[in-house]
Amino acid sequence: MAHRTLQVSTKTGISAATLVLALILAALGAVFWRAEFGSLLGPADWAAIRFTVLQAVLSALISTVFAIPIARALARRQFVGRSLLVTLLGAPFILPVIVAVLGLLAVFGRAGWLNAGLAAFGLPAVSIYGLQGVVLAHVFFNLPLATRLLLQGWQTIPAERFRLAAQLGLTPQAVFRSIELPLLRQILPGTAALIFVICLTSFAVALTLGGGPRATTIELAIYQAFRFDFDLNRAALLSLVQLGLAGSAAVTALWIIPSISIGGGQDRPLKRWDAQGGVQRMLDGAVIILAALFLLLPLGAVLARGLIGLPQTPASVWQAAGNSIGVALLSIAVLLVLALPLAGWIATTKRSSVEGVGLFGIAASPLMIGTGWFILINPVADPFVLALPVTALVNVLMALPFALRILVPPLRDTVQVYGRLSQALSLQGWPFWRWVVLPRIRPQIGFAAGLTGALSMGDLGVIALFAHPDRTTLPLQMYRLMGSYQMEAAAGAALILLALSLGIFWLFDKGGRWHADA
Amino acid sequence: MLTLEQGLIRQGSFSLAANLTIEPHKKYAVIGPSGAGKSTLLGAFCGFVPLTQGKLLWQARDITHAAPGARPMTMLFQDNNLFPHLSVQQNVGLGVRPDLRLSSDEKTQVESALARVGLADMADRKPGSLSGGQQSRAALARVLVQARPLVLLDEPFAALGPALRNEMLDLVDALVTETGASLIMVTHAPEDVERIADEVIFVASGTAMAPQPARALMENPPSELRAYLG
Amino acid sequence: MKYLTLAATTLLATSAYADTPELVVYTYDSFVTEWGPGPQIEAAFEETCACDLKFVGMGDGAALLARLKLEGARSDADLVLGLDTSLIAAAKETGLFATTSVSAEYNLPIVWNDDSFVPYDWGYFAFVHNTDMLPPNNFRELGDSDIKIVIQDPRSSTPGLGLLMWVKQAYGDEAPAIWEGLADNVVTVTKGWSEAYGLFLEGEADMVLSYTTSPAYHLIAEDDATKAAAPFDEGHYMQIEVVGKLAGSDQSELADKFMAFMVSDAAQTVLPTTNWMYPAVLPDAGLPIGFGQLIEPEKALLVPSEAVPALREEALAEWLTALSK
Repeated sequence: MAHRTLQVSTKTGISAATLVLALILAALGAVFWRAEFGSLLGPADWAAIRFTVLQAVLSALISTVFAIPIARALARRQFVGRSLLVTLLGAPFILPVIVAVLGLLAVFGRAGWLNAGLAAFGLPAVSIYGLQGVVLAHVFFNLPLATRLLLQGWQTIPAERFRLAAQLGLTPQAVFRSIELPLLRQILPGTAALIFVICLTSFAVALTLGGGPRATTIELAIYQAFRFDFDLNRAALLSLVQLGLAGSAAVTALWIIPSISIGGGQDRPLKRWDAQGGVQRMLDGAVIILAALFLLLPLGAVLARGLIGLPQTPASVWQAAGNSIGVALLSIAVLLVLALPLAGWIATTKRSSVEGVGLFGIAASPLMIGTGWFILINPVADPFVLALPVTALVNVLMALPFALRILVPPLRDTVQVYGRLSQALSLQGWPFWRWVVLPRIRPQIGFAAGLTGALSMGDLGVIALFAHPDRTTLPLQMYRLMGSYQMEAAAGAALILLALSLGIFWLFDKGGRWHADA
Repeated sequence: MLTLEQGLIRQGSFSLAANLTIEPHKKYAVIGPSGAGKSTLLGAFCGFVPLTQGKLLWQARDITHAAPGARPMTMLFQDNNLFPHLSVQQNVGLGVRPDLRLSSDEKTQVESALARVGLADMADRKPGSLSGGQQSRAALARVLVQARPLVLLDEPFAALGPALRNEMLDLVDALVTETGASLIMVTHAPEDVERIADEVIFVASGTAMAPQPARALMENPPSELRAYLG
Repeated sequence: MKYLTLAATTLLATSAYADTPELVVYTYDSFVTEWGPGPQIEAAFEETCACDLKFVGMGDGAALLARLKLEGARSDADLVLGLDTSLIAAAKETGLFATTSVSAEYNLPIVWNDDSFVPYDWGYFAFVHNTDMLPPNNFRELGDSDIKIVIQDPRSSTPGLGLLMWVKQAYGDEAPAIWEGLADNVVTVTKGWSEAYGLFLEGEADMVLSYTTSPAYHLIAEDDATKAAAPFDEGHYMQIEVVGKLAGSDQSELADKFMAFMVSDAAQTVLPTTNWMYPAVLPDAGLPIGFGQLIEPEKALLVPSEAVPALREEALAEWLTALSK
């Protein structure tokens, strides 16, 4: 009934949004500006656009649909190792592409465990290469993300609702319809849009598992335009197409999302009385086991290969690891400065479509942003001197939409539930953040910070142009090892990377939930 | 003195007209059928519901567009009156200073308010671990430290049992008498009116009528009120 | 110093090295790693030059060229090391490179007479396989077989482009038919060499596009004789890696010295077992032992660098058409 809604960090939020847009548009503008000759988009480019959209739609749909039973099962079951499993669910998302692909191939590849198993039973082999492989890999990367976002949503349902459901003796189906479905309607469109946009910029996965040039994505076309043709005009045009697609996805999703609040509760621990029946238990158990196998087997392969290679990893890998940790921490700091005011603004503005701003960050081709800023910076300063801030900023751009997706819903709830009380108490500005928002959304801040840190850690080529020669990051060092025939040492480096990424994610995620009431 | 001058609130097909004055040191009950606009009236006083027409004056000063926190009143809502993540002491402290940087005098003020409502030994507890009555007391302690000239209650005790509710009303009565504030409370129960109110604002048919002395009105209700009281 | 440096530390560092000239060499990533030739070359050259040699690794050969084009005449680099014959024409078109008189007694299968670029090592592209299989003898046999191969994308990697040129040079107008034959053998196409070689080692394919010298790495560094390169009777396409001096270099003399050093015995003995390519000039001590066991292609194929750009367009279109079916 709050007709006069609380305004939260409107000015800083708008400044942050402007900064994000400016970062991307300045890069795009710089590339157009330097483009001397230009070709328009050819038939091959249009084929790439079609394939990109197809695989991104499929990946987004499948990831979100499968995330529902997994998140539901995790939300209503308590078991030993549950929190470890939830943390490990974050792992695929933060793995460098090539590591994850090799892990997937160990399970699903021509010589993988699945085909070995099929052969043992005299069954024909299945091929991972093709559209199915691209989608499989994208689901592997994004299913955990969708699950985490849904699980987080489930945890915002006040315990009172489940008490009510238990009181009324609602069947699991009725609980789903009356409590869970409204929640899903609020979370799924945004999650699907996010995954769609992530998959828009897919390049190496699509190419490696796509089985050939049929699986050409826009990002590959951009790469080719920059690297081989040096056709800046075409690169910029393709980047524009990527941004346009992401923008339409964002607008569509935010239009579908109903702007209702889940409502407040008394922060009681979530306990559920529904779904105690044997069939429900078995179903949930099966879902959890299948999901864990799908996600953990490839990780197990990465672990196994990494342990063999670990003794061979040279000292330079550890130096690179140190650099990567520094980049990750800086990225987290920049993210919080940017994302919190932005989320505050988005949560309280009527035009919720501004959340789309965040999506531009990942929709923009990293190569385009890097090149654009290189063009801008190179004449006035040594790009190497600015390597660290640029790396952190670009990492933050990539992480921003996830952070917003994580932060905005609870912030919106907080404002809806406690906005009136806060206004009546003149709580605004920093005191409002200090005493109301930050404590209430601390778990989500931890989650967002952890995700950003992990993403920055595993990030490779965003800004190869800015990579400082003496300060290589861990993913780059890993690639260099592979390029020098040091495949085993590279596997060791990948394991270190995985451990560090998960470590930083766990640290912040856990830190956010430490002693938190919600 | 709070005056709502030729006030009109319109929200879609709903509308509420009000032209009334709240005197100092008096206790008002707002009664009327569900959906008539009792909460809306209080929301308009507090600044959560904008006036479509008219003016809100406090001591002849126009506060129609003042922010909720800048108005001379404090309000308890039906629910969510406390931040669940803050301790009772912090919740009350917010009434003194929104940034919670309390001086030692202010801390003493919070402690004595908690003692006054009987929660001295619950200061460090979180609301979730308090009973419903204790939660109401904590909210009232904050009303006490806020010391605003107007206290608005939008049925904050509706969920409490009759004995507990009466206890709370008596506490409210005592507190506003101590601080010299006026009280405006929404209620459904005629016995609440008898227990505490000096005047009654009857809300029905799109109008909040001017306050009338409680005793006289309840003893000789007009037809609409009679229909509501049943 | 061409930049307004921002950090005070950089200024200090500059003044400390004021009397030691700095020679900046842009190169590809794998050159500068501790297994690559970079560290040994740097140490050996600095012993003789009274200078500070600085290798800056950035991606692969194509990335080097893109970087140079972006930097233009403002580039901090004095030399670029690691372009190959496919990229020379595009590199020259930038007008950024200076001519040089450095030359040597090259041990190349072709005559080298480029006036800007000095070749420092070279190799033949080849399909590498495990020795437990019988390899095909040419592209036709490969196309007819059900052997699975992994190749690199010519749009994102230099070996991929090399393969394109190989088929085009060997088969000319028949190249589309060859690619159609190969289409069902290609398991997948990767972004770069590392991914493809990684997939091969994981057992995802029977053969991978690499170099005739790749088995030498396994033989010498890992004492592993299970990898071999398949000799193709239509000949093997060559990759010659070159170093070039930028016209904008403020250390022109020193840059010439470095190019001469790269074809001297000191550098040439390092390259075979660090870059795993043939040295451009035969070292006094001859080739390392493992190199003697490598296959010797009967015929060396190479498209003249100035013909590459036009041929590449045509071959790329054919490749896309054949593999997209």
